[in-house]
Amino acid sequence: MELINFEATELRLGLPGSTEDHRDVKSTNSPVNSNKRSSPEMDSSVSDENDPSRSPPPTKAQVVGWPPVRSYRKNILQGKKSEPERGSGIYVKVSMDGAPYLRKVDLKVYKSYGELLKGLQAMFKCIIGLYSEREGYKSEYAPTYEDKDGDWMLLGDVPWDMFLPSCKRLRIMKSSEVIELTVSAFFFGRNKTTK
Amino acid sequence: MPESNDHFTPYPDHVLENVLENVLAFLHSRRDRNAVSLVCRSWYRAEAYTRSDVFIGNCYALSPRRVTDRFTRVRSVTIKGKPRFADFSLLPVNWGAHFTPWVSGMANAYRTLEKIHLKRMSVTDDDLAAVANSFPRFKELVLVCCDGFGTAGIAAVVSRCRGLRVLELIEDEVSDDYVDWISCFPADGPTNLESLMFDCVESPINFESLENLVARSPLLKKLGLNRFVTIGQLHRLMTRAPQLTHLGTGSFSPPEQPEQHEHHENDNNRVSDYVSAFASCKSVVCLSGFREIAPEYLPAIIPVCANLSSLNLSFANINAEQLKPVIRHCHKLRVFWALDSIGDEGLQAVAETCKDLRELRVFPIDATENGEGLVSEMGLLAISIGCRKLQSILYFCQQMTNAAVVAMSKNCPDLVVFRLCIIGRFSPDHVTGEPMDEGFGAIVKNCKKLTRLAVSGLLTDRAFSYIGQYGKLVRTLSVAFAGDSDIGLKYVLEGCTNLQKLEIRDSPFGDSGLWSGLPRFYNMRFVWMSSCRVTREGCLDVARQLPRLVVEVFRRDEEEGGEKSDFVNTLYMYRSLDGPRADAPRFVNIL
Repeated sequence: MELINFEATELRLGLPGSTEDHRDVKSTNSPVNSNKRSSPEMDSSVSDENDPSRSPPPTKAQVVGWPPVRSYRKNILQGKKSEPERGSGIYVKVSMDGAPYLRKVDLKVYKSYGELLKGLQAMFKCIIGLYSEREGYKSEYAPTYEDKDGDWMLLGDVPWDMFLPSCKRLRIMKSSEVIELTVSAFFFGRNKTTK
Repeated sequence: MPESNDHFTPYPDHVLENVLENVLAFLHSRRDRNAVSLVCRSWYRAEAYTRSDVFIGNCYALSPRRVTDRFTRVRSVTIKGKPRFADFSLLPVNWGAHFTPWVSGMANAYRTLEKIHLKRMSVTDDDLAAVANSFPRFKELVLVCCDGFGTAGIAAVVSRCRGLRVLELIEDEVSDDYVDWISCFPADGPTNLESLMFDCVESPINFESLENLVARSPLLKKLGLNRFVTIGQLHRLMTRAPQLTHLGTGSFSPPEQPEQHEHHENDNNRVSDYVSAFASCKSVVCLSGFREIAPEYLPAIIPVCANLSSLNLSFANINAEQLKPVIRHCHKLRVFWALDSIGDEGLQAVAETCKDLRELRVFPIDATENGEGLVSEMGLLAISIGCRKLQSILYFCQQMTNAAVVAMSKNCPDLVVFRLCIIGRFSPDHVTGEPMDEGFGAIVKNCKKLTRLAVSGLLTDRAFSYIGQYGKLVRTLSVAFAGDSDIGLKYVLEGCTNLQKLEIRDSPFGDSGLWSGLPRFYNMRFVWMSSCRVTREGCLDVARQLPRLVVEVFRRDEEEGGEKSDFVNTLYMYRSLDGPRADAPRFVNIL
């Protein structure tokens, strides 16, 4: 009764599309008519569906009114897609508990957590510490971030390079609230546990 | 024309007519009423006298005068204007569908008018002022996909229509005139407001006035906020109106800048506070909004999920993991709109819980042709297996298979609306490489109640032969980038005996295909063909053969001219009782 194709999400080596599973559904014969208006990309996908090295089709020119999504919807969503921007810095919002305004930082400017924290300190004029198992928080604030999955994580667990693309926004929490965050995350089914 | 405002006198004929009028007062379906009016003259008169709700499917099918002459005691008017492809920038901006002649025509005739419902009309601020001034008993204004007006016009309506119960602005383009319209409601005492929806108004709202208004609207059941209302403000409104049944939640995220009256805003930024707000709104059955959602707040809606019949997350960029904790409580859900960001996995979760689902719409976050395909045939299949009562589906995807569509046709026999949009034009079944003919064929064959169909992907004339053969109840058909030859169009026009609305773009259908529809065009609401292969001469022929058909020919870029043998850029034709319209702009040629 499994409907999700777990193999699609399976981590393994190999080129995409090189699995055999999808081919079960293939029906017999009937090659596509050749006397229709067809775009070049379509030909290649018809000729050999078992070819795993098929490259993605080239970008087609934008057609007016296609796909039929109202511009009202397109505009609104595109507005939100703009952060973080590619190529011109990774700007993320930073909020700090108790501060009236949010700020934005360009993560690309920093090379390490230490530099980021120094920058945040200067911005918010407070002392922010990194958490360590042994010593607990060195200050009354703890830096956290929201990752791509929407989970709130403590800063510093993953290598900086892995952190950069996954950070959506930052929040500097009071250390006492970090505990509460863990509890509410648990209650509402968020599956990441913070240390 | 028969007099329809005779006073009652007790002669036998009139007794009968009076009895008939009393009976007809119970008849609401307009199709039944149309049938009644054809029986004989006195039934025609009685029906006209008792029709209080008038529906006009095409504003250019007849003049306002004809309506007001025939129906004299009208309480409610519904008018539809532009063809649907206007939504996708295929209709030049100044094409028409003006509300002005209607409001001026009705101002004199319908002093007791209470309700106006418009879809895809051009409405000006002056028109709205005219509505406010002309109808002392005015109660309901519903504008869907309209444009041409702004906050100034809304202000005119809310300030002068004291009995206003319903103001619903749905997917309109509303210009920001920098008018604080929400403060223009009469200042003192309770209001009669039952529904206030302004989700689409793209300008900031005076929150203090809004809160005050909500607090003194005890009858308010439907409230739709725009994205300028933060989640903290939403919280306050919900505590003022726990009786709400329909809620458009606004941005559903905290503000970037503090509001002046947001004391302790930071302390309120916790899911638990909002959970209790939702917990006390026990009557909520319909949720929408989430315009700029901060996903961590979504679980706040959990207390109302068990009672929800409609959930619109189509502006919420959330993934499956964020959806699951919420959707698994929505056992009674009948309508679900979402973005494809939830993925096949999210759809699987819907299929597992929402056994009563009737309507599903999945919109693309990335509406480009080579975008990342977040949902696929797997999601469609999962839905078809889990949601057997499905009646209506709109599904955008990057890839699809015939097998999944065939499966849906068999699993969901109650389908009335099937709209599948494979974003890549000419995309075949991505597994077999075949055209999508068999999938859509199965839909028209197995879904015996189907009245609306939108096709996509690689389609040959065979698909249209299926549609013509089996789509006997289809009333609306949308075609884009499909078919091989005129025969495809012929199949549809000859086979689909109930076809009312036909919209086709970028398909190789020409004059001979068009002519095969000559016997049908008077029975249809409209035919739209753009970037096809019909020639000017071909269209002229149709216009000559069918004098009561208005045949409009124009170019999307509003250029004029063109030779007879040239392919027409856009053909839009519709029946009309009062001849061609007088307000056609210069670039529109009426043949």
